[in-house]
Amino acid sequence: MSIKLFELLLYASIYTVLISVVSILIGFAIAIFLSGMLLSRKAIFVVPAQIFISFFRGVPLLVQLLLIYNMLPAIGLNVPSIVAAIIGLSLCTAAYQAENMRGGFASVPVGLVESAEMVGLTPGQIFRRIKAPIALRLTFPALVNEAILILKASSLVSVVGVVELTRMAQDLAGSTFLPLQIFAAAGLIYLAINWLVALAGGLIERSLPGLPR
Amino acid sequence: MTFDINVILDQLPAITSGAGVTILIWVVGTIAAAILGFFVAVGRRFGGVLLDKALGFVVAVLRGTPFLIQIFLVYYGGPFIGLSLDPLPAGLIGISIYGAAYYSEIFRSGFMAVPRGHIEAGECVGLTQGQIIRRILLPEMTMLVLPPSLNMAVLLMKETAVLSIITVPELTATLSAIGAQQYAFVEALSVLALFYWVLVEITGRLGRLVETKFTRLRFSNA
Repeated sequence: MSIKLFELLLYASIYTVLISVVSILIGFAIAIFLSGMLLSRKAIFVVPAQIFISFFRGVPLLVQLLLIYNMLPAIGLNVPSIVAAIIGLSLCTAAYQAENMRGGFASVPVGLVESAEMVGLTPGQIFRRIKAPIALRLTFPALVNEAILILKASSLVSVVGVVELTRMAQDLAGSTFLPLQIFAAAGLIYLAINWLVALAGGLIERSLPGLPR
Repeated sequence: MTFDINVILDQLPAITSGAGVTILIWVVGTIAAAILGFFVAVGRRFGGVLLDKALGFVVAVLRGTPFLIQIFLVYYGGPFIGLSLDPLPAGLIGISIYGAAYYSEIFRSGFMAVPRGHIEAGECVGLTQGQIIRRILLPEMTMLVLPPSLNMAVLLMKETAVLSIITVPELTATLSAIGAQQYAFVEALSVLALFYWVLVEITGRLGRLVETKFTRLRFSNA
């Protein structure tokens, strides 16, 4: 296997990282709303959020991607496959992140919220300055975990025709008849990316302020 | 957009066979993964430092790379090292090895959670290593590893869909093909999604039921 082939794989891995990062960020934004719905204690919010989460956690990501990829044109929306892929990954990770966030917000010590109320903070201030920072701190390790899961899961978007790392490896394996070397190299690149994410996550976690007890 | 479910229901025999393959791969793959994972965990716990390091490396690689890349390696790379497999066995082997990496971590954490004193007590009264595993470690850790094990089984059910990419004739492959033939993708994929959703929900609920039953058992013994 030549350097040229490895370069092509590395180039394609930029798309893997790009798709994953964008999906995780969009998923994070959706998850904030979903976790808010879950914690609202009003059935009209809680039940739809629960159904959303149950569906996107219960159906294989591959099936979700195929469904979105084929459903969008059927309802008259013709989007590039990379957009369909990002929509699919975002909705899926949103469901998982929402569960994590709900747990994070639920673990914010009641005493802290009560003392904030005592000193006259408004509900908006309590959310911004007490609940959100603590919940984010608590769920940060889970977020890093989710990022690694999505990086691996993004290999499935190769099926809807997005040329990221896995698709590039498939194409190269087909044209060079070197599947062992190419797929091993692709695996190595995934491993390296995930290792970097885990390393960075660990460093960031250590630099974050400790939790109130 | 039209939605005509009858084009799908006409193909019921093919769908049933695809669902059968999915469930077969899931059940056999999960059992194989759990058994293999258990032996990996035992090897890492009792096999010395070198074996622990070597197996730990393999597990880290399996957990750090996408399942799709792993089955591509087995299915497309296999013939180059004299391992030509049909899609179904390739998929079964792939999912068993992939699952084993995760199960070995579950069992390993189970081993570590059993208090050292219990094992030392077993050694003191002269139990062999096999007896210690069977009579102390296994019963004590069952409760701890049961919830993550059931969770992993559900994850593996969803991973079986990926095997459609290497043309294993399971449900995702079957329904995608029907969708293409009848030009009814949305109908076919909706049925597909519904199947997994229902199966995962049922398994999850059963899992929680088993958990509560076993938890009661443990506390009555404690």
